[in-house]
Amino acid sequence: MAKTLLSIRDLKVYYPVKRGFLSLQKQYVKAVDGVSFDVYEGEAFGIVGESGCGKSTTGHTIVGLLQPYSGEIRFEGEVISDKKRTADQAVKSQIIFQEPYTSLDPRFTVGNLIAEPLKVNTKLTKAQITEKVKQLMKDVGLNETQITKYPHEFSGGQRQRIGVARALALEPKLIVCDEPVSALDVSIQAQILNLMQELQRKYNLTYVFISHNLSVVYHLCDRIAVMYLGNVVEISTKRELFDHPAHPYTQALLNAIPVPDPDRVMNPTVLSGDVPSPLNPPSGCCFHTRCPYATDECRASKPALREIGEGHLAACHYCEKLQKG
Amino acid sequence: MKKHPLLRRFMKRKASVLGAVILLLFFFTALFGPLLCTQDPYQQDVTQIHKGPSAEHWFGTDYLGRDTLTRLIYGARVSLALSFSGVLSGSLIGIILGVCAGYFGKWVDTLISRLIDIMLAFPSLLLAMTIVAILGNGLFNTAVAIAVFSIPSVARMVRGVVIGLRDSQYISACKVMGEDNARIIATHIIPNAISQIIVNITLNLGTAILTASSLSFLGLGVQPPNPEWGAMLSKARDVLRYNPSEALFPGIAITLVVMSFSLVGDGLRDALDPKLKNVS
Repeated sequence: MAKTLLSIRDLKVYYPVKRGFLSLQKQYVKAVDGVSFDVYEGEAFGIVGESGCGKSTTGHTIVGLLQPYSGEIRFEGEVISDKKRTADQAVKSQIIFQEPYTSLDPRFTVGNLIAEPLKVNTKLTKAQITEKVKQLMKDVGLNETQITKYPHEFSGGQRQRIGVARALALEPKLIVCDEPVSALDVSIQAQILNLMQELQRKYNLTYVFISHNLSVVYHLCDRIAVMYLGNVVEISTKRELFDHPAHPYTQALLNAIPVPDPDRVMNPTVLSGDVPSPLNPPSGCCFHTRCPYATDECRASKPALREIGEGHLAACHYCEKLQKG
Repeated sequence: MKKHPLLRRFMKRKASVLGAVILLLFFFTALFGPLLCTQDPYQQDVTQIHKGPSAEHWFGTDYLGRDTLTRLIYGARVSLALSFSGVLSGSLIGIILGVCAGYFGKWVDTLISRLIDIMLAFPSLLLAMTIVAILGNGLFNTAVAIAVFSIPSVARMVRGVVIGLRDSQYISACKVMGEDNARIIATHIIPNAISQIIVNITLNLGTAILTASSLSFLGLGVQPPNPEWGAMLSKARDVLRYNPSEALFPGIAITLVVMSFSLVGDGLRDALDPKLKNVS
């Protein structure tokens, strides 16, 4: 079994909310409410879920942009969540952002953008940095003659390549990809995904790949975690998850993927209702308000994430009964 | 010779170029004009009071028979020096306050913002008058008044811009890459806010000239017999009916400078916008 690179235990990330001027009671938006998972070295770990389920918050907490409310993040066995991380720890995990339009400083040239992490964190000479920048540009498929251009002179796909080069510059072990392709055209998405796979092989990278697009995750990831309302409801290998989904939410998600076949009748089991507010999450199982199989037990007690098969975890009282396949 | 891209973009706006030319003319007049003047700005001639333009006195004379042109040229020094020193020092403080408030947020922001609110609650001219009244008349104190007067507008503007920048993804990206706050502010926040800061400063310079003139007009700023445009205007007001040219020339000078600062400010804003780079 592969080595565990990143280990998250009972991670909670809460955003405080002010309720009126005189209110002393603090309320929290429970963006991530007790998430645990392991990421193994060299794999691509997908996190899927709808908007607002806490997947991006989880990603941002992993790279240290957000501080956890409680819980523990271990990177290579070291706890990195409870104090300000050292520069050494910080550079080992990098992030690729969703929006290639806003994640690059418009006043920096491409060369300076990619050189910046090197200038801050390494003691390389100017010539060495330039050399490295050119190498990185080549790696991500940019022409090194473009080194003096500004981000706005590039297309979305090319800008995301710049973002990838920046994330790679410090030779991190882990890259959190926060919906890196969802702002791009479909044709460009494939290019960037292929590039990322290629780089993963070349540099032995580990990805935490956050997306709401199941087919993108299926294409790139080895294991997938499904999140709903700040909770992980199911974790499994890609094959197992797509073939034998155990949690009713995962089943509904997979049902919703359109199949390119005009004769096929779409499965009518579409989820009704809205996602409850993370400010005031439902009691018991977070999914019971929309689950077609919910019982009194679901409303009363919160199901733990438990192993239901080889490397397959799900958080549902009845997943053995419900599992398909 | 190859022009700097910034200059090339600035040159595209004809009105701004005109503003810059007028401003440069005023600067040179302020710097070297007194060397070319043949007359003494303090020389009185009681036989020549309140005279219109003539061959001897091109812009006429004032209530003591002093040459208006000479006094305008000497006054340019005072007005420009006052507004520049006042606005630049005030803006510096304003930028520091604004960046701190916008970038660090929380109690720092609350403290600085309330301070700005208090300053903004006073009508700006009243604020300047109060400061001069407390500190006393004189060039330096007028500059201090102008500085204080330009702090809140710059601080508030910078705070707003910085708040917008602070939450942008490229600042997040910098944090992940291990940059500290000082470096982020110096290399990302300030450069991205600088165009708005420069525009704000240029526009403030125009207002500062008006404030300095208003203070002098009210008798609180530069004291006689020092030549200052506002003070000259104030004295000319008494004889507006039978010698309008006495008020006309200082008025034109003030208008031209204020207008030119605005035009240059607009031009700079366009020239400094990186999105317009390489657009022909």
